[in-house]
Amino acid sequence: MSATGIREERTRAVVTGIGVVAPTGVGTHQHWESVLAGKSGLGRITRFDPSGYPVQVAGEVPGYDAARQVPGRLVPQSDRFTHFAITAAAAALADASVDPSALPEYEMAVVTASSSGGTEFGQHEMERLYQKGPSWVGAYQSIAWFYAASTGQLSIRHGMRGPCGVLCCEQAGGLDALGQAWRLLRSGSRLALVGGTDASLCPYGLVAQMATGCLAAGDDPARAYLPFTTAAHGFVPGEGGALMIVESAESARQRGVGSYGELLGYAAGLDPRPDSGRPRVLAAVIRRALRDAGLTSDQVDVVFADAAGVREQDEAEAQAIADVFGPGGVPVTAPKTLTGRLYAGGAALDTATALLALNHGIVPHTAGPDRLAASCEIDLVMGWPRHIRPRTALVLARGRGGFTSALVVARGASSTSSKSEPLVKGLPA
Amino acid sequence: MTRRATITGVGVVSPGGIGRDAYWDLLSAGRTATRQISLFDASGFRSRIAAECDFDPFARGLSSQEVRRMDRAAQFAVVAAREAIGDSGIELTASDPSRVGVSIGSAVGCTMGLENEYAVLSDGGRDWLVDHRYRVPHLYDYMAPSTIAVEVAWQAGAEGPVALISTGCTSGLDAIGHGVQLIEEGTADVVLAGAADAPLSPITSACFDAIKATSPNNGDPEHASRPFDGRRDGFVLGEGAAVVVIEEARAARERGADPYAEVLGFAGRSNAFHMTGLKPDGREMAEAIRTAMGRARLDPSDIDYINAHGSGTKQNDRHETAAFKASLGQAAYETPVSSIKSMIGHSLGAIGSLEVVACVLALRHQVVPPTANLSVADPECDLDYVPNTARESRIRHVLSVGSGFGGFQSAIILGQPRPERAAARSAA
Amino acid sequence: MTENATVVTATDLLQILRKVAGSDEGIDLDGEDVGDVPLNELGYDSLAVLELAACTERVYAIRIPDSDLKNEMTPREVVAYVNARLAEARA
Repeated sequence: MSATGIREERTRAVVTGIGVVAPTGVGTHQHWESVLAGKSGLGRITRFDPSGYPVQVAGEVPGYDAARQVPGRLVPQSDRFTHFAITAAAAALADASVDPSALPEYEMAVVTASSSGGTEFGQHEMERLYQKGPSWVGAYQSIAWFYAASTGQLSIRHGMRGPCGVLCCEQAGGLDALGQAWRLLRSGSRLALVGGTDASLCPYGLVAQMATGCLAAGDDPARAYLPFTTAAHGFVPGEGGALMIVESAESARQRGVGSYGELLGYAAGLDPRPDSGRPRVLAAVIRRALRDAGLTSDQVDVVFADAAGVREQDEAEAQAIADVFGPGGVPVTAPKTLTGRLYAGGAALDTATALLALNHGIVPHTAGPDRLAASCEIDLVMGWPRHIRPRTALVLARGRGGFTSALVVARGASSTSSKSEPLVKGLPA
Repeated sequence: MTRRATITGVGVVSPGGIGRDAYWDLLSAGRTATRQISLFDASGFRSRIAAECDFDPFARGLSSQEVRRMDRAAQFAVVAAREAIGDSGIELTASDPSRVGVSIGSAVGCTMGLENEYAVLSDGGRDWLVDHRYRVPHLYDYMAPSTIAVEVAWQAGAEGPVALISTGCTSGLDAIGHGVQLIEEGTADVVLAGAADAPLSPITSACFDAIKATSPNNGDPEHASRPFDGRRDGFVLGEGAAVVVIEEARAARERGADPYAEVLGFAGRSNAFHMTGLKPDGREMAEAIRTAMGRARLDPSDIDYINAHGSGTKQNDRHETAAFKASLGQAAYETPVSSIKSMIGHSLGAIGSLEVVACVLALRHQVVPPTANLSVADPECDLDYVPNTARESRIRHVLSVGSGFGGFQSAIILGQPRPERAAARSAA
Repeated sequence: MTENATVVTATDLLQILRKVAGSDEGIDLDGEDVGDVPLNELGYDSLAVLELAACTERVYAIRIPDSDLKNEMTPREVVAYVNARLAEARA
């Protein structure tokens, strides 16, 4: 037996529930409908007056009232990013028909990706500190701002006493959280509540993000985030994310629930430091993920791209995809142009979208771009979705500093996809 | 599973002792490094004491560029990582970079940088709409704690799995546990694992003041951190970092490494009870301990030293005393327990890694570090906490535990490195 | 909220509590008499009581020493405590 309890054989991991809180909508259905329609959730920032800032466009979650979505006592003691997580988690658990009280408490874990933490809550508390003095900082600052806040609150709310975790890998973290959950299923856990949310659209959060030089300046949502084009000049920041239920195939079978799909392969790496002269790692990470999945490149039906929206990074990603799949060798899409980049929530939402796409038999398009940069030799799905019944998707995520992660997911073995409400999930694998 | 994780190098930035030897010197002497806060003006705060590192980044080998771009926490991590790499003797340029990973813990990331810049950009909190025109090139890197892991990765040329683990006050244990997972599952052959926190900043002090978790014993800083003592009145904030090099055992042996220890067991549980409160029964910590023991295939009587979380709050020390009894039974009364937070304070996410290094050094030196400032008994804390003076002891296996906001409960078990079955290998 | 009050009522206190710590669904702080229900049964933990204490100190300009307020207390007991401190401050 290994020190961390990892068993020799890997456990088959399936996704049985999804909950979404995103600029494309609150709820999986609303989100998918927006994605299919190419309906953008980007707009002028409303959470504060952005007119003094060069960045004025963001992806905000529409019509989200914490007072109606989150238990009353939890609202003042947590930041918006945790409110989102609480809402998305409840939806995912309901979607998967999980009653945590009926499952062994130590075999359920919560793993979230975190990045900005409780930004707005923290800005409020620092304001009180500097304007009024130390005694004005509240009792909840110690539990609301730190990166583990959502995992902690979810663990308590749902009675999950297994090995809970928090991974910070900037914008790649959502995939790494899924990778970690898969690891936990191989070492004693049967089910994990996993994903990520972020909410850093407060003035200090925005100004911090602007410091990277990667945000798109301007006030026109339609022109702001155009990855893989010559017009690419940055990305739009967004808030929200997704939580999912990932459990062992055995657990899903025992509970008699269907799945959206299965995790087939996962790999992660970090780019070498910029001055090292060594190549970036995306192509290698993709290959490792495919090897991990036991797949060849021609068995991947769609790639959900990282789509940084920064020309040099877009080119690097397109190059890596072309290296592995051949130029134009696989449909590539980035529905995230509808939401902006969601930091700790982004890769989790991308994975949710990929699973929904597999289940609906549709590759959603990338709204916004209409002509690719010549240096991006990829088959970017533009204009409208493709009804090509994809079975396997590769999800890519990169984070500042060089985080590079890849996840391969597949539709359930005998799934039936339906466009009607409610979503009909695949049968157990 | 045939892959095992050994610790082959350590690096430390600690209050009272920077570098492995200075650190062990402090711990084995039972000296305390808690004092009046000097890093900022703490006069308006309830708790005005902390364990600070006397850290000159330039003297520790950082360049001007590195000092300019890195928050203090990242500086700590990098200095500790460099020491660990050197200490291990590993030649990382000969390793496949895609199989070198990094797992660094931090509870509050780059808080100092984030707060200092906030004060400027908001004009002392006057402006909700903070000033964007004053350029702070690295401001985002203070908001995203993952930067700390990247800086460590750059030290090692690591291109494998890299993550910043942020599980509150168990980050330091969990990051090392995560590193061991990467080795055992075969994703990495070398992992730089550890943790760093530099939380000594007004917002941090204020937030712990608000919940009265820190000791207000400002008149006696050297003795304010009193885990398990009947007079204990809260923890003393600290800062620091520790990084270890974890290598797959066989590969380490083959290159001639001299491992400090092997990681025999690791487990995490959550109390799912309260974000800050602990139940007196220590139930979930006991479960983490039991699970780690099971993975290590050890009995309670095999544990020769328990390195406690021992933060020095009324509730914690009672909670984990109960956890030790529940999980180890009679052996809890017969095994020395100590808290090094009595000497170096509580550096939040970093402390778990500092404690693992203390355990590793305890194994090497066969000496149990003491619990300093322990003189008044508490009937609810009635174990052998090694008061005030280090103790030579035969140590085969060490258990270290941690407990953190959010309900995290973690346990790790370390042992002497096991001799390779050289005969079996040569026969293969 | 009645500032500079000579007497604080349970309503005043529950208003502060709701503002700083929210309230549980299904608990009507304005409804049936919750004055004698311990705060922890109304869903308020130790952190909520710390927030209540801090805000009460500011609103009524009194000092509440550590640990005087506990979440086993009822709103009426808290009110009695606060009014006693107010009386002391005036004396």
